[in-house]
Amino acid sequence: MDTTKVATSNTTTAATTKKKNRVGAVAGWADDRLGLAALGKKQLRKVFPDHWSFMLGEIALWSFVVLLLTGVFLTLWFNPSMGEVAYDGSYDQLRGIEMSEAYASSLHISFDVRGGLLMRQMHHWAAMLFVASMMVHLLRVFFTGAFRKPRELNWVIGCLLLILGTLEGFTGYSLPDDLLSGTGVRAADGFIKASPVVGTYMSFLLFGGEFPGEAIIPRLFTVHVLLIPGLLLALIAAHMLLLVYHKHTQWPGPGRTEQNVVGYPMLPVYAAKAGGFFFIVFGITAMMGALLTINPVWKYGPYDPSKVTAGSQPDWYMGWPDGALRIMPGLESEIFGYTISWNVMLPILILPIVMFIILLLLPFLDAWITGDKRDHHLLERPRNAPTRTALMVALMTMYGLFWAAGGNDIIAITLHASINQITYFMRAAVIIGPIIAFFITRRWCISLQRKDNETVLHGYETGIIMRSPEGGYSEKHLPLPESKAYALTARDRDPVPNGLPSGGTDANGVPAPEGGRLAGLRHRLRTLYYADNAQKPTPEELAEGHHHAEHEHELQTGMDGHAADGHQFDGHHLVEDEHLRDPHH
Amino acid sequence: MSDHDKDEHGHELSNVPDEAVTDDLYPNPGLPEHHWRPTDVDPKAERRAERQVATLFLLSVVCTVLFVVSYFTFQVGDDWDTIGGFGASNLTLGLSLSGALLFIGIGIIQLARKLMADKEIVEYRHPSASSEADRAEALTALNTGIDESGIGRRPLVRNTMLGAVGLVGVTAIIPLWDLGPKPNQVGPGKKYDYPGAGIENTIWTAGMRVVRDVTGTPIRPADMEIGDLINGEPAGIFNGGPDGEPLEGVVLQINKSKGAVVVVRMEPDEIIPAEGRENWAVDGIICYSKICTHVGCPISLYERTTHHLLCPCHQSTFDLSDSARVVFGPAARALPQLPLGVDEEGYLIATAPFDEPVGPSYWERG
Amino acid sequence: MRLLNRSAGRLSRHRRGPLAGLAVVLLGLLLTGGLYTAFSPAQAGSTKSSADQIEQGRQLFIVGCSFCHGQNGEGVLSEDGESQLGPSLVGVGAAAVDFQVGTGRMPMAQPGAQVPEKQETYDEEEIAALAAFVASLGPGPAIPDESDYTLEGLSEEERQQAIVNGGQIFLTNCTACHNFEGSGGAMPRGGYAPRIRGVEPRYVYEALLTGPQNMPNFSNGNLPPESKRNVIAYLNSLEEQPNYGGFGLGGFGPVPEGLAAWLLGIGACVGAAVWIAAHTTRSNKKKADA
Repeated sequence: MDTTKVATSNTTTAATTKKKNRVGAVAGWADDRLGLAALGKKQLRKVFPDHWSFMLGEIALWSFVVLLLTGVFLTLWFNPSMGEVAYDGSYDQLRGIEMSEAYASSLHISFDVRGGLLMRQMHHWAAMLFVASMMVHLLRVFFTGAFRKPRELNWVIGCLLLILGTLEGFTGYSLPDDLLSGTGVRAADGFIKASPVVGTYMSFLLFGGEFPGEAIIPRLFTVHVLLIPGLLLALIAAHMLLLVYHKHTQWPGPGRTEQNVVGYPMLPVYAAKAGGFFFIVFGITAMMGALLTINPVWKYGPYDPSKVTAGSQPDWYMGWPDGALRIMPGLESEIFGYTISWNVMLPILILPIVMFIILLLLPFLDAWITGDKRDHHLLERPRNAPTRTALMVALMTMYGLFWAAGGNDIIAITLHASINQITYFMRAAVIIGPIIAFFITRRWCISLQRKDNETVLHGYETGIIMRSPEGGYSEKHLPLPESKAYALTARDRDPVPNGLPSGGTDANGVPAPEGGRLAGLRHRLRTLYYADNAQKPTPEELAEGHHHAEHEHELQTGMDGHAADGHQFDGHHLVEDEHLRDPHH
Repeated sequence: MSDHDKDEHGHELSNVPDEAVTDDLYPNPGLPEHHWRPTDVDPKAERRAERQVATLFLLSVVCTVLFVVSYFTFQVGDDWDTIGGFGASNLTLGLSLSGALLFIGIGIIQLARKLMADKEIVEYRHPSASSEADRAEALTALNTGIDESGIGRRPLVRNTMLGAVGLVGVTAIIPLWDLGPKPNQVGPGKKYDYPGAGIENTIWTAGMRVVRDVTGTPIRPADMEIGDLINGEPAGIFNGGPDGEPLEGVVLQINKSKGAVVVVRMEPDEIIPAEGRENWAVDGIICYSKICTHVGCPISLYERTTHHLLCPCHQSTFDLSDSARVVFGPAARALPQLPLGVDEEGYLIATAPFDEPVGPSYWERG
Repeated sequence: MRLLNRSAGRLSRHRRGPLAGLAVVLLGLLLTGGLYTAFSPAQAGSTKSSADQIEQGRQLFIVGCSFCHGQNGEGVLSEDGESQLGPSLVGVGAAAVDFQVGTGRMPMAQPGAQVPEKQETYDEEEIAALAAFVASLGPGPAIPDESDYTLEGLSEEERQQAIVNGGQIFLTNCTACHNFEGSGGAMPRGGYAPRIRGVEPRYVYEALLTGPQNMPNFSNGNLPPESKRNVIAYLNSLEEQPNYGGFGLGGFGPVPEGLAAWLLGIGACVGAAVWIAAHTTRSNKKKADA
């Protein structure tokens, strides 16, 4: 590649300090003791590429910070105890009712501490955003191929963060000990008891005896405020360190290569943008806490194992296994006097673990199928990896359908549908839906690839309709600016699998790959992986296309210099100082 | 084709993209020319942006002041102030906090977008892997270390050490055994005994009255009309203490979570009695465990004309006129039935405890 | 009457005829009224109404109700003679009429197990006349008096206790179907427990008393009048309390909360990210010193 055209690096000569300023003095003092200058000279001007989708992970990071801040506030009043007290606070409708101290202190925070309800609601909203933004971030990373070598381990860390965040959420919303959260804990007890062999032992150990006992809230509290946050912090630190070490991926484009990273320096631009984003995420959370009620525990009442409410759902991120639980047929078998509850085990104990393992293995699976061992720092557009994109869309479809099944009762009353029919529909849809989604997405991606090729070969549509002297109409195409054309074609040509059936020979008598069944499977998968992908044009095709365009251009020369052809305003150029008609005429 | 195109057996797999297929159709045009922003070239625009950013920061200050004012102005507790039907304290604290934060955020970002230098710069990447020389050196160091430790030559020491370190983890697991009593230690006459103790037991005994939840009043059959539903509890939770006092604390909660029942009345000939349960109903009054056999939610969503009982957690549906068999949903077992009778004072009682464990299935249940 | 009711029970399990549900529902009503008569001392309805009112009610009944319920409220069998087009209204009492007609559930727009609430067809006077006529067919529960469901005349402390007690009864008996703040909930096969927030106290009381459609009864023997009053007081207190934490999102629990987190929360954050990373306006001008 011609690197001479790539812009110069940021290793500019440092501006010599004219006189000792205050910043320099402080930095000097610190460096004398910490020796940070060696690190700082590299990292302070570290380059981060600019794209909105690169900031999705930041939402998760900043909502985690909001969680830490609001969480500390809540611990000042929350009392994680299941000791019974008669409520004597400000909420009239429950005064005098026996309840756990955990619930009473939740009410106290909500009704007798100024700003307490706000902090509770912000904490809960931030938790919802935390998990949601991790998932959006995960999707971005997968769809753009940013998980590929050398970043597989960071993908694994991200997956661990996702599952820990989910557990953190579950332990958190169980703490207030209201009717809804207690129902959730009760269901969790049912899940645990359904585990083969050790189920009842695990339940008795966890609850300190029979459900509900008086140990579960204090234990969940310790897990919620100490154990999981500690792990989260450590993993987030590792996640960020790896990000800094690998340097961020970037989109292909003029001047951007596998060997460089183009963007804004950490100090000042990126620090300002990231810091500003923190305040924005914090502010959005505060606004949601101010305006939107979340988990009105006072209306649920204290947990009572003999009560229940319609619309008993977990928070959204636990919704999909709950949906699986709802649509699972009631299978249970008894073998040698022991009970195996397939109806609970399969959807809630086995399915999430299987899905998580699949998620964890995706980068390795992708690398194994493609056989790609190179480092990748340039992102791929989702359309340029149709099978991979389709795979994730299929998984998303499955997730979404399970999720919808988890809200089947709310869907039923909102749409006046039958809960039974929704359930029957979902039983089939969670299997058929992903398959349909896979094929649609794959074809869709390939169509987009073809459209890109069209644009490269024949130029973009200007929206200007030309009438030829003979009266025929045609739309004027203009060649893409060089930078756009480069960005569109800056991708690898897909390898062409040789298409040999396992164990056979091709027309020339070359034997098909051997190496065992696994190699055969891998070969078939690779063939499927790349099959039907539209390749970027060959140089010959490109030359042909350009020749054609020149010919067309000749035909249209007649109108040059007359009315503006309008392409100044098609979004491909700067428009300042452009005029639709020449002002001097 | 490169060497990497072959698998470990030396066979060609297919066209493996180990090497970048660098057939760029266009030469890399390099970074585009930098265009200045209006704020870079127009001093007026620059000053405008300065004023804009400073205004944003000042608005944040105003919001912070409003936050403090709201904190001391609006009451919570027994006399909530409200604004438009919303809790005034929550609303104003939240909105002012939100404003204070958002204005700072927007201000800083506006500062970065408009006024900070915005020329994109380039940094070169280095391979994630170390250089070959470094690797070789590290490997040598590693081997030297292992060598000098003598671990490789002394398998006895190595194996016992690894074994010991592996086993010492047990000391972190074993103490968890005392997190709670074991299922076989809890029950009548066992180490942990209390009314209703044991996973397969409830507090129900023959002759115990069925009472209304919350109020604890006993039920006469004549109190109930066809179509009536009563959320019932065992009388034992209201008088089951050693001296006839109500249960409380953990024991109360445990017994509510196992003993709660639903009592419904239907036309006696609508009941399809199961074998051996012909006399378990009193004049069409029939009683089942309220605890779902799926994962244990309490159920009382009763349809009086179909006699179906629905669980709001996962939609298992049971037919109460037909031994509470499962007609829909993920539950696998019918709800346990409590045989009813009437005591000498004319109140509903259980003539026997449940004949099977209530609630969700578990391994040893059988 | 027993015979009819037995067939209703069978029908519900084994048949799917469009009218079966209607018949079942209305038969349930009929039965309720009948039994209520047997156990309840209240005999109001018929004594209050004048002969004129009953006559007016009869005229309205013949025009609007007799097609399904028969000229004299005796009920009508469907053409095949197996199911009930409309059940007998003898003994259902004025309370049932006041609830069903007053909330617009009757006359039904179309037969089915679920009878939706709608704009009522008759005005107050006509409903009273219909109620008087049906009550005259046979004794049944009367329309509750306002004194049955208000807390008037109670001390502040007694009111407070009534609301707390009502809350506990509500959470025990009502939330399972109608949700923790009365937003309603799903029932099997397309049925639903309707939203009960903002419903007139009289209708809540009548619904508890007569168990309309598929709702179980909470007759006075089951749930004493005082408890019914307390439940109503609790529901009113929910109406009157401020929205402490902001908009309630429909009061359906975590599902709308999750949607709000995604659509509003993630939506706003992603919007902000797009703005932060968007390119600012560019100028063609060159910097003087550049």
